[in-house]
Parts: sequence; structure tokens; C-alpha cells
Amino acid sequence: MKVSYNWLKDYIDLDVTPEELANKITLTGIEVEDTFHPDAGLKKIVVGYVVSTKPHPNSDHLQLCQVDLGASDPVQIVCGAPNVAAGQKVIVALPGSRIANNEKIKKGKMRGEVSNGMICALQEIGFSTDVAPQAYADGIYVLPADAKVGAPVYPYLGMDDAILDLAITPNRADAQSMRGVAYEVGAVYAKKPHFDVAKPVETAKPVTDVLQASVAAEKDAPSYNLRVIENVKIQPSPLWLQIRLWNAGIRPINNVVDVTNYVMLDYGQPMHAFDYDKIGSKEILVRRATEGEALTTLDGNEHELSADDIVISNGTKAINLAGVMGGLDSEITDQTTTVVLEAAIFDPMHIRKSAQRYNLRSEASSRFEKGINKGTVLTALDHAASLIADFSDGDVLAGILSPTKIVPAATVVEVSQERINHVLGMQISAAEITKIFKRLAFGVSEMNGQFKASVPTHRWDISIPADLIEEVARLYGYDKMPTTLPASASTPGILTPQQRRVRQMAQLLEASGLNQAISYALTTSEKASQFTLIPAATTSVAWPMTVDHAVLRMNLVSGLLDNLAYNIARKQVNVALYEQGRVFLKQDAKTTRPEEVEYVAGAVTGDWQAKTWNQAAKPVDFYQIKGIVAALLNQFNLKATVTYHATATRAEMHPGRTADIYVGDQLVGFVGQIHPQVEKVYRIKPTYVFQLNLTALLTLEKQAVVYQAISKYPVITRDVALLVASDVTNQAITDAIFAKGGAHLKNVTLFDSYTGSKIEKGKKSLAYTLTYQNPGATLTDDEVNTAFAKVEKTLVEQIGAVIR
Amino acid sequence: MSTLQEKLTQLQQKGSQDIKAASDLKQLNDIRVKLLGKKGPITEVLRGMRDLTKEERPAVGSFANKVRDALAEVVDQKKAELEQAKIEQQLATETIDVTLPGDQPKIGAHHVISQVIEQLEDTFLGMGFKVVYGYEVEEEKYNFEMLNMPKDHPARDMQDTFYITKDVLMRTHMSPDEARELEKHDFSQGPLKMVSPGRVYRRDTDDATHSHQFFQMEGQYIGKNVTMADLKGTLEFAIRQIFGEEREIRFRPSYFPFTEPSVEVDISCFKCNGKGCDVCKHTGWIEVLGAGMTHPNVLKAAGVDPEIYGGFAFGLGIDRFAMLKYGIDDIRNFYQNDVRFLTQFEKRG
Repeated sequence: MKVSYNWLKDYIDLDVTPEELANKITLTGIEVEDTFHPDAGLKKIVVGYVVSTKPHPNSDHLQLCQVDLGASDPVQIVCGAPNVAAGQKVIVALPGSRIANNEKIKKGKMRGEVSNGMICALQEIGFSTDVAPQAYADGIYVLPADAKVGAPVYPYLGMDDAILDLAITPNRADAQSMRGVAYEVGAVYAKKPHFDVAKPVETAKPVTDVLQASVAAEKDAPSYNLRVIENVKIQPSPLWLQIRLWNAGIRPINNVVDVTNYVMLDYGQPMHAFDYDKIGSKEILVRRATEGEALTTLDGNEHELSADDIVISNGTKAINLAGVMGGLDSEITDQTTTVVLEAAIFDPMHIRKSAQRYNLRSEASSRFEKGINKGTVLTALDHAASLIADFSDGDVLAGILSPTKIVPAATVVEVSQERINHVLGMQISAAEITKIFKRLAFGVSEMNGQFKASVPTHRWDISIPADLIEEVARLYGYDKMPTTLPASASTPGILTPQQRRVRQMAQLLEASGLNQAISYALTTSEKASQFTLIPAATTSVAWPMTVDHAVLRMNLVSGLLDNLAYNIARKQVNVALYEQGRVFLKQDAKTTRPEEVEYVAGAVTGDWQAKTWNQAAKPVDFYQIKGIVAALLNQFNLKATVTYHATATRAEMHPGRTADIYVGDQLVGFVGQIHPQVEKVYRIKPTYVFQLNLTALLTLEKQAVVYQAISKYPVITRDVALLVASDVTNQAITDAIFAKGGAHLKNVTLFDSYTGSKIEKGKKSLAYTLTYQNPGATLTDDEVNTAFAKVEKTLVEQIGAVIR
Repeated sequence: MSTLQEKLTQLQQKGSQDIKAASDLKQLNDIRVKLLGKKGPITEVLRGMRDLTKEERPAVGSFANKVRDALAEVVDQKKAELEQAKIEQQLATETIDVTLPGDQPKIGAHHVISQVIEQLEDTFLGMGFKVVYGYEVEEEKYNFEMLNMPKDHPARDMQDTFYITKDVLMRTHMSPDEARELEKHDFSQGPLKMVSPGRVYRRDTDDATHSHQFFQMEGQYIGKNVTMADLKGTLEFAIRQIFGEEREIRFRPSYFPFTEPSVEVDISCFKCNGKGCDVCKHTGWIEVLGAGMTHPNVLKAAGVDPEIYGGFAFGLGIDRFAMLKYGIDDIRNFYQNDVRFLTQFEKRG
């Protein structure tokens, strides 16, 4: 809501600057987003009188104007506007002036002729094209004849005003009107606003002679009121009214339409004017549209209406989309002579829906949606009729057609002083509370700290005690509120064990060199479904903004790959990322809400170890990322054993370099290289990833921590080197070793692996250290030799190894 | 003086000179063995004592022992000297350039959004709040209905929503968790104190200041005697943890459907200390969060009696906090995960 400071001063005595006012309103109730001075930045722009014009000798459209600027002789100004003419008072930007957009005007020559400045259009001195009157849209603006030559133009155009742009929250729709704002400012400064009202002078002819009105369903239009004005002469409105409109961001049109807009700004009561002769009947019926009913609105658009739309009809067809936009057919034109003026209250929900349905949000619909002062519907109608009659020499017919109307009544709300202070944590006296209610123009009575507030219709947002408490708090002043801490019993503030584990996990992954990423959870349908740990159905949003963010992810890897691609495209080729977050898994397509499962995933590409002065570069490989996964899983201290199983069936993963990860017999994740073809699609280099079901890891059974005394008996080790077929896995060998290792085999460590020219093709050489220890006694070499011999035997017999 | 003693004195003088002249440990050892060994001259002198009288023997014996001890000490001294020299020589050859870079383990960065969340969590944990994480895919009931936003409430316009179905949507704020906790809480066990940080979604086109996904944290404190002054105190404490001890806060009236009174909370600008600068748009104040006293309809909807219980709720944008704190000018930075962005914040807090 753009509030004119000058207009506001008509209603309330203000002795503060617009900026002080804006600050005060912001701190007590309604945020002022901007305080704008229309003449800000303009300089040396004055009224000129065009004495004569003659065509420019070297141009077919420029005119040489002799312009009186109030000083000595008239000066010559070259002007290209088609409407410039002798006898006009015009806007002149003098040499050395500044016009809109901080543009400087200099004395100059145009096609050989001297020009001492510029004759301006409204847009050239800062008016938006949307508000400049249509009549002057393509030319210069003509000032009123009594404008003083040589004087600054600003006061003549209302540019010496200040405009406060109020951000109105949905609860304060009362401030979508000048009168509402005046009440608010009055409450803030403890001043009483004063308003003028106008009653039209009625002719003897009753309105019922020319028009009948009815409302089909009272709920749709609980207040519906019409007046008729005859013998209207359509012409421009007086300049003062035009100024008020354009300063509020509304374009002046003509004396009838302007008055409807003016009264809407003044009272917050939207009005509509119909051309009586084009209604096509002597009847107005407010009803629902029939499904598919046609209506062409003022903007020229044709609509097929819905049965949820409230329309104004002439008894047979719709002529107006109620509260949203008028129909083109009954629009006020220069030929209009009889005006039907409407002031109504429509059902907010239906107005909102209609405005949304046809994308026709307007000043009127926004007010109907958020509420109307029930107390001023008829006052506003009378005021508008009176102004139209004044400006158009029209005759207001006797009486108002009101098929429905509301009898306005104050709302009584009760609250106690004790309650107010209990909620606010303050000590505000009863006298102070009474004073605040009075400033708000509420009726108030108090008995033993119990307040009864009688809330006038202009504050329809107030209906419960909490509303009154808020009014007291804001007007008493939040700056006077003390800062305290709640006195109630203390409660433990601790993270849950799971929350703590997630934080520890993040630290481990970061200490392992991975940067934490946060990706978008909404992605493409294809990416949502890649890299899924288990099959699930997708969850899509109904109206996505873009296909890129349309479906909820079912994996974290695709997002990380997008991130890698983003980095690689920017020449960051060594990237290590992890992400912890939700995936959204639906059992099947029929389920509406997905299960939200916490996952953690990592992705590494490029060099794991960059080349340094003392180390060669080390590209990332499977075992680095597997090592991180192992450390991570180790941290969870799971009871069941973690195993890795080669898998060639994950479509987006390298078939020879991927392992599914099991805890006991539960699949919890996978680790491996991205399939080279998928790498190509993502435009990334070789990349290794892991993805784990974090929810599962958090909930799986943990191993109890049991202290074991450190054995004082020494360990004995034996090394064994094996030549085996290249497809024999480390897992198979270590399993075999442990199977026959005996009671004292503590540990088996692979310390060498070799394939290459020095050994037979199709074979590999592996070397293990076996560590034996008896916690209860010193092992003898004989005992270990016997145990070790059994291991060697099984390796030869079971694995087909050659002991080297 | 006996001739033996003279001989010993000469031995001592000569021996000392030889020891001191030794150039390395091996030579020193040779000298030691030659002088003090079993076949050495001192042993020989002692053997010659049998020619002495009984009276002479103790004096000469004691003298001989003294000479031997003195020489042994000279040997030890020389040995220490030579060892010291040897170590110094070794150290000289082992000198390295200590300004060469160390082999630094690669440490990943914690995302700045996570850092801000954890800092806030820790602050409220310290005040006895618990941390809860709700659902990202919510029921309309919890996202709107129970928060005093019935169907067709104009405030729903303030939040453009991604719907999944008519009744299921991507949460537009963290308030659903507050409704869920309020519904579950057993007030006989004390007040409800919780914060809930998480990812929220709005139907917005991504640009420098808008994102269809961002992070919020909401919190509430509902009990028997919780006042708006307590809200102010609690937020002041939290704000000072994040933005510095000297921050002031102020309340400005505002509107949220789920609180009344509702306020916007401004903090005094941490860049200019309230003098006015670009960060605070020359007002001296920066809007950082919204808060208010929980609306009676919200309490009622969760089955809590607003006549007995009441309290406050607040909500803030994590992204906005991070942007303010570090002067980040484009919200998309948080979700593009450029490593050059991520690693700027690895110093945790």
C-alpha cells in the first residue's frame, strides 16, 4: 500500500517528517518498506509557457518552441513531441537540470538549432508508464493553465509529496486504506483522526424506476448495494484527484473510474461502475456463473467461467466477475451517460479462488480477499456517488438498492490485566492499558482489572484476547519489554545417541579428507532413480517449477556426481565429497507418503593424493574409498560382521569394481567405481563412490564394549607367501586360514600382493603375516609350528596355493 | 721419593699427554688399553712392589692407584669430548630445510550450513532444549491446518507449496515439527523445549536470493509460566552466541498465523555496530528471525489447554544466517558444492 504523506495529513495532524513517521510505524505495527520522494534527484525543472512553435527547418517532426520561463525573453527549445502547441504550460528541464535516472540536460544544438533545455513528458521526470495518464502517453504533459511560469513544477504534479510503501501483513488489511492508516497513525501518536464524509444530493426520481437488484445466495454477497447516477459527462478528473491516484500507483482514466479507485484507496472499499445503457436489461442479479459461461473482462480476455465464480449478471448473462474484474461490454466509456455504482462485500474465499483461476489479482480482489470494513460500505458508496455527481454534473437517483446488507456492530472482546502481564512478562498498569485501547478508538470499560473492549468495524482482525494483548504490547512498546529467561524447572539438553553418532560420523569423514556437500533433494526423474540401494517407487511433486527439480531423490550418489561435474567443469578435478541426508522411498506407486531414510554417501574423483615435492600423485582407487567405508563402519561398532560381496548387477556401477556391503545378512550399502558409460554421461573422470543406509547403521545392534586385559605373553608371527590363481579372493584365503588357524591365531594381515612378469600368467602372489598369541601362557615355537603347518596344508589343499 | 713413584709420575704425565692427543674413539681405546690394561706399565709397577719393604708398600700402592684413577678420568673426559664431536658432526650432515611443507593430512570441510545448524543446536542444548528432526514430506494437516492456517487462509499465499497430493506436501517451514511435538508432549513431565532444524521447500525459481530448497530452524518453549520477556531473553542469549556478545536485539510487530503477538526480531548490525552500512541497508538493524507467543488455536489444535499452558515459538533461516555471518551473496553457493566454496569454512564456526 502506497501511502501519500500529504493525503494522510488531511486526516491527522502530523508534526514529524515522513522518515520519522515511517520509522515509528515500522516499530509499532506495520513495516514501511520504503519512503520515496517523487522529486528526489530532480533539479531545475520548471513551468514554461509555450509562446509559439514553428517547424524545425531540418526536420519533419521537430518543432522550434519559444518558451517563456519567467525570466527575460523567451528561449528556444527544440521539441519532438507531437502534441506540443503554443499556449501550453509545460514541464521544462533547464540546462544544467537533472531529470529521471539522474540524466543531465545540457544546452545544445539539435540539427543545427539551439535548444535551451528540454520540454518533458511525465516519464522523463520519473513517472512510471503505468501511471502516466493515457492522454499524454505519447507526448509531453500539459500543466494546468494557472501554473506559475518559472516556478518549480513539483507541487503541480504532487511530486513534493513523500510516499510510504507499507508492507501489509494478512492480518492488517485494515491498513489497505488511507482511513485505516490514519487510524493506525492516530493510535501510534495518540491523536484522533478527522475524516470528511459526503452525502450525495439526490434527485426526486427513485432508483427503482430504472433498476432492480437481487442476490441469489446471501453468503456470496452479504452486502450488495447499488446507486444510479444519470446525465453523467465523462471527462478527466480534477488534477488533485489524479495526483492522489498516480502517487498511489494507479493510472487516472476518467472522472467515474477515478472516483471508484479513489474511494477504494480512501476507504478500502472496492467499487465498480457499470455503463447502465450497456447492461442490456433493467436488472442486476448476483449469482454463480454456470459452468463454461462466457465473459470477456475489461482487459479484453475471454474466460470460460466456473460454477465457483460469483458473477454480476443482467438477469440472463454474466457482465462482471464479481470483486475481481468488470466485463468489457458494460465498461465506462467516453459515451457513458448513466452509471450504476456498486459497493459490496463478497465472500473472500470465492474471490481469492476466481482471482487465482484467471490470474487476475487486482487492487479490488486483494481487498475482498483480506476483508472489508463492514461499517463503511454505504458511506463509501455515498461518498463516491457524491464525487461522481460533482465531477460529471450528474444526477444521483434517490435511494440505494440493497438486496443484501450488513448492520455494522462493534465486536466486544474481554481480557484481564493479569492475563496481559502474564503473557508479556511485564507490569503494565490498568490506566496504561485503558489509554492504549482509547488510542485505538476502541470503546473500553474496566472493572477490577477486567477489560471489555468494544472494537469498531475498522479493526475486523480483532476477535480474541490474544489480539488485544498484541495491541497493548506493540503500542506500549517492545523496547520497554525486559529480557528474562524462563523460570521453569530445568530440563536436560542433550543430543540423542543417534544424533551424536551422526555428528561423529561427519567428523570421521572430514578427517578422512571428504568435504561435506548438501545437494538438492528434488532432482530429475532419471537421477532420482539411479544408484538405488533397494528398489522403490518415485515420489513426484505435482507442479514442479522445472523438470530438474521434480522428483524426490532415492539415492545420494547422483547429486554428488552432479556436484563433481560442476567442479570439473570449473577445472577443479580432484574432488572428494560426502553427503548425509534423506532419500525418499515409496513401497509402491500407490503409497502417497514415502519413507524418509537417512543415507550417507561419498564420491571421490581425480588424485587422492596430489603430487608434492616428496610424494608422487596418487589417483583415487577402490581401496582408498573402501578404507574410509571400513573406518566408518568400524565407528558404528556393529555386532554382526561386515562383509563385502562383489556385484556386477548394479547398472550404474563398474561390474568388476563394485561390492555390496552387508552387516550380517542385511544389505546396508555398496562401494565401487562408477560405470565408465555413466561417468561419460555425467561428464566426470573415473570416480569411486560409496552409499550406506545410515538409518540402518544407527539402528542395527551394537557390540557391547567389554574391557580385556592386555596379555603379558608375547606374540609369535609367521609369514607365508602364496602363489594362487588370480581369481582367488583375499576373503577366501583369510577365511581358510582362520578355519584351520587354531585357537591362538589372533590376526591375519596381507602385506604383499603381486601380479606381473616375474610370475606365471593367470597367477598372483600374496603374502600374509599370521599372528599367534595365547592370552594365558607363553606359546612355544613347537605349538605355533604345528598350528602353522595346518594352515599351510589347507592353503595347498583347499585353495590350490603353492607355498613359496 | 722412591724410584717407583718417580716412574709412576712420569707415566701419568706421558699418559695424559697421549690421551689428550687421541684423535678418535678407537685411538683413545688403544691408549687406554695400553696404559691401564693388565699388561700396561702401571700393572707392571704394581708387580714390582714385591721388591719393596713392607713399610714402603702401602704408600706406593696407594700412589699407583691414584695415578691409575687420574688417568682413567682423563680417558673418560676425552671420550665424552670425542663422542660429543662425533654427534655434532653427524647432526651437521643431517640438517634439513624446515621450511619445506609438511605432509599435511587432507581434512575435509564441514558444510557451512551444518556449522550454523550445529552452533544453533549447541546453543539451545545448553539452555535445555532438545533437538528433533521431522518429516520433509509432510501432511497438510501439520504443515498448515494445525498451525492456525485453515484451507483458504490468506497466509498460505505467503508460502508457495510443492504438493505431492492434495493432502501431502513438501514442508514449507519447520513448524510441522512443533505441532507434532506439541501433540505428543506430556506436560506432567515439565515444559516442552525443542528446536528443529531442517530442509524446507518452496515453489520458487532459483536465483541469487531465492532457492526452492533451503534450511530453517524453528523452536518452541511451552510451559505454565513462559512470557514474551522470556522469549526476548532467550533469543538475545542465542543471538549473542552466533553474532557476538555486544549484539542488541529489538522486536518489531509482525504477523504469523501461528503466533500472537508476533514479532520480527532485528539485531544491531554486526558490521557497523548500528551506525548504518550496506549490510543493514543503513538502518543499523538487520532482520534475522520471526517469533511470537504461540497462538491459542495452535495449542488447542494439539490438544493443549491455552488457559493453562502457553509459550513462545521462533523461526529463522539458516541460509540467511550463514549469508549474513560470512557476507555470502548468492544462496545457490550452498547447493552447488564448489570445493572452492566449501573449503572456505573448514575452520568450524
